[in-house]
Amino acid sequence: MRMNAAFRGKLGDFTLDAAFKAPAKGVTGLFGASGSGKTTILRCVAGLERLSGKLSVNGEVWQDDAAKLFIKPHQRSVGYVFQEASLFPHLSVRRNLLFGAERAKKAGAENAFKLGDLVDLLGLSALMDRDPAALSGGERQRVAMGRALMSAPRLLLLDEPLSALDRQTKEELFPYLEILHDALSIPSLYVSHDMSELERLADSLVLIEKGRVIASGPLHELQADPALPLMSAPQAAVALTGRTNQIDKTYGLVTLAVDGGSLIVPALEARLGEEHRLSIKASDVSFTRVAPQETSILNCLPVKIVSANVQENDPTHVNIVAALGREGAGARIIGRVTRKSQEKLGLMEGASAYAQIKSIALAP
Amino acid sequence: MADFAELWPPIRLTLLLASVTTVFLMIVGTPLAWWLARSRAGWKEAVAAIVALPLVLPPTVLGFYLLIALGPNGPGGAVAGFFGGRSLAFTFEGLVIGSVIYSLPFVVQPLRNAFESFGERPLEAAATLRASPWDAFWSVAVPLARPGFITGAVLGFAHTVGEFGVVLMIGGNIPGETEVISVAIYDYVETLQWGHAHALTIGMLIFSFAVIFTTMLVNKRIARVTP
Repeated sequence: MRMNAAFRGKLGDFTLDAAFKAPAKGVTGLFGASGSGKTTILRCVAGLERLSGKLSVNGEVWQDDAAKLFIKPHQRSVGYVFQEASLFPHLSVRRNLLFGAERAKKAGAENAFKLGDLVDLLGLSALMDRDPAALSGGERQRVAMGRALMSAPRLLLLDEPLSALDRQTKEELFPYLEILHDALSIPSLYVSHDMSELERLADSLVLIEKGRVIASGPLHELQADPALPLMSAPQAAVALTGRTNQIDKTYGLVTLAVDGGSLIVPALEARLGEEHRLSIKASDVSFTRVAPQETSILNCLPVKIVSANVQENDPTHVNIVAALGREGAGARIIGRVTRKSQEKLGLMEGASAYAQIKSIALAP
Repeated sequence: MADFAELWPPIRLTLLLASVTTVFLMIVGTPLAWWLARSRAGWKEAVAAIVALPLVLPPTVLGFYLLIALGPNGPGGAVAGFFGGRSLAFTFEGLVIGSVIYSLPFVVQPLRNAFESFGERPLEAAATLRASPWDAFWSVAVPLARPGFITGAVLGFAHTVGEFGVVLMIGGNIPGETEVISVAIYDYVETLQWGHAHALTIGMLIFSFAVIFTTMLVNKRIARVTP
């Protein structure tokens, strides 16, 4: 754990009192409803807002009230991507990208990113001499990401970078975020109220409710935790990482090894050994007590039931957490079935069953 | 045919006064407008009201207090003492001080509006990109507030050119020292020199129109470039 944060202060009609740790690598999602305080936390990390608290990043202390220490925002090595791109309207795309880079160089900060690499990675080469006003919403946000990364950050902060965009633009921007996710060696905090974004991007998660941290940990663990509200969401799902170990060119299918089993997923392009993130929705998982035969469903895996809880606000359905593998030693997935089926099949804690997964979404 | 050569000293003096005043207006007005735009102090509106007072005060009232302040028994007299003078009233320096105070709202208001128009966000973005507040002011705030600077400078200059009451109160009409165009026009009318009065007034009319028209065109062009 390389980032340690604790903030406390009045926020509207509730008190923000949030403490969490984040790993030194990967994307940590800050997830919560609108107004839960997640943007305030991000602003506190950047130093744009000052609540009382303590903050250290990569061993550097940025705030410590006991020691009367508060590093000013311009002296913190953060890159910040705002909800609206907030580019400087009086500067060209190139000048925007170089704004932080020039100052980072003066401060003697070493930048892992070269302008040319980032321009290629984010597809900006045709935009360099344009004014921000002449860019589309998605283009602006790409420039904003490039600008933040050019300032040699050691921590990247993203405040709902997609939420101001329409659905189509969002989809266009996703691949860039995923490329960045893979290319970045620095940790990032990603604020969002949209779980589907975090399912695709986040490695770990901090759940925030009314200014408090209610849970934090690896994404797939929190998703499959019956004590947390994530499971009751209509779109509840679990994100797993699998490694390609078999390719079936005839049918366009790949086999991905996940913790505790292997999954067959349609994919036209694949390379052996490649890691992919896949997402399994609770509504796509059903259970049988005997191994199904002659079914059109490709993925039927032996599982052990971990828990069965009635869906919040809906007593007709039950959320079942199942661990992959006969002994239940593998990754956990969740399935949503009717309470009638659950009782009929005796899908109780400790029971063995087979999970049938109707479809699996594979991140590109 | 009247001798129009004598019109030159008041014109020269007016342009000099307006130029020097505008420089001081920008130096004083910019930090003041910045503070008014950014400060969260509750009493800043009281300061804003004091700055705006010349808009509503009769020039004679302002002129009266300035006359006392600049005179031998006021702080102006004390300052003049250092330079071997007795008073700042009825001097060019006194006129500059009076003009800066009189024209200040015409500079502070457009600048404050310009600084407020772009909000905190560009400055926050600059801070996360390692720009110190001083750096961000020059590299972000000033360029973004450019229309405000142009409007403020032009209005400050033009308003100083057109000032009459305060100048008459604290400067009088010493030719070459304090007699500016507006006062000269008054003197020519008093002495029935209609030809000179006509020449100066039509000149002022054309000048004022040209100034306002150009400013509007420039600001419109800027607005097109940076929406």
